[in-house]
Amino acid sequence: MSAWKNYGYAVGAHVAFIALWQVATMVTDLPSYILPSPVETIRELWEPSYNWGTHIWATTLEIFGGYTLAVVVGVTLAVLFVWVPALNSGVMPLLVTINMVPKVAMAPLFIVWLGFGIVPNMIIAFTICFFPIVLTTHRGLIEVEPDLINLVKSIKANRWQIFTKILLPGSLPYLFSGMKVAAVLAVAGAIVGEFIASERGLGHFLLAQQNALNTSAMMMALVFITLIGVTLYGLVLLLEYIFITRKGIAT
Amino acid sequence: MSETTTTPFVRLDGVRKTYTVGKDEFLAVSDVTLNVREGELVSIVGPSGCGKSTILSILAELHDASGGTVEIGNPESPFTPGRDIGMVFQKALLLKWRTIQDNVLLPAEILGLPMREARERAHDLLQMVGIGDFAKAYPQHLSGGMQQRASIARALIHDPKLILMDEPFGALDALTRERMNLELLRIWKESRKTILFVTHGIQEAVFLGSQVAVMTASPARMADHIDIELPEPRTLDVKTTEKFGEYTRRIYHLLGMQ
Repeated sequence: MSAWKNYGYAVGAHVAFIALWQVATMVTDLPSYILPSPVETIRELWEPSYNWGTHIWATTLEIFGGYTLAVVVGVTLAVLFVWVPALNSGVMPLLVTINMVPKVAMAPLFIVWLGFGIVPNMIIAFTICFFPIVLTTHRGLIEVEPDLINLVKSIKANRWQIFTKILLPGSLPYLFSGMKVAAVLAVAGAIVGEFIASERGLGHFLLAQQNALNTSAMMMALVFITLIGVTLYGLVLLLEYIFITRKGIAT
Repeated sequence: MSETTTTPFVRLDGVRKTYTVGKDEFLAVSDVTLNVREGELVSIVGPSGCGKSTILSILAELHDASGGTVEIGNPESPFTPGRDIGMVFQKALLLKWRTIQDNVLLPAEILGLPMREARERAHDLLQMVGIGDFAKAYPQHLSGGMQQRASIARALIHDPKLILMDEPFGALDALTRERMNLELLRIWKESRKTILFVTHGIQEAVFLGSQVAVMTASPARMADHIDIELPEPRTLDVKTTEKFGEYTRRIYHLLGMQ
């Protein structure tokens, strides 16, 4: 039952963190516009003019939409790179170069091209998080024992069989490690998009409340952003558990 | 005196393989002449770089020979390329995400064999190689020796006529290796397959083979081949006989080691 014990420690650390935060606000006499307490932060939930639902929904759509797009495009590109070597030697270096451009710096450009709203922010989240998925999946697809390929080629396995029975399942642990990195980036991407131009979303809300020096509402927005991120990350862990851990495959 | 001289099952005559890298030509293997009867277990022994694995990849049609003739099969027992080959390597090369049984079934899936019969056969083969209780286990829960047993079962699932083994026990500890040698002899007798067994272990080569092809590294060529006449069935006691010592000594000499 050491797994449960580990869960206990994890929950304990989270609770301790919040308790420490509460204590810090009580023992210091920092004004609440600098550091609001957890209790003050939670209280912001009941302020109807904040329209939490609208903002949470917008940001969630941007993060999950951009992320899903990144997984689909990332895996497709990785597969194409493996199937078409010329594409790999041409497009892969180009991707590496493009990846060097700070995506955050590209965000204003996207707004110019696409206007502002949920879809442009989805695209920004997508651009910031699809690269690690391409890279890790591609790596997973090419990391295969040459003798295993020889073994199945000796009985004339075709490309499709090699791909579906060996390469694709073999790349899953790599795909998931890329997806975990990407989950964190997708959240950052969506929020940056909202910072630059948007009329709703938690990033938009953050900036609006900053102008009013409404720190506790900003804190609450951060809590929601974190919760969306944790939910996404948790879903990835769940999929990883279903496809990998349950079968005892070490990553 | 009705001795029927059947045509050998595998005939290699003056086989050579060269690779060209830029302007340079490298000799991977040469002078390979070998006749293997159906149902025979033949060892190929030599140091790294002598081209022993190259011979197997030519037989498996993964590479073409640059010269000489390669023929497999005879009128009594025709050979279907791309169908009648089973391979075992130094690494077990089992798929981590498949159970032992599903790993064994891989060649059957690739060849599109009827799966119901293949599953029954996998069950029987796992019994035969001694890991019948582990059909539903995943490879990483098995020891190296047991994984290699599974990879032997996988090589047999499609009932191929020729089994190519490339240092299959090279990664195992000495005791497991000796046990696997005995097991291989038993499996060979039960399955009556033609086996080509590549190794760099001289004792292993002599103990297993009814003939041993000896390869040298520079130049990469087949130096000689020796018929091994040792009492059957072979048990570990054979290794202490004088004859066994003579064979190994001869091979050491051929390899320039004494």
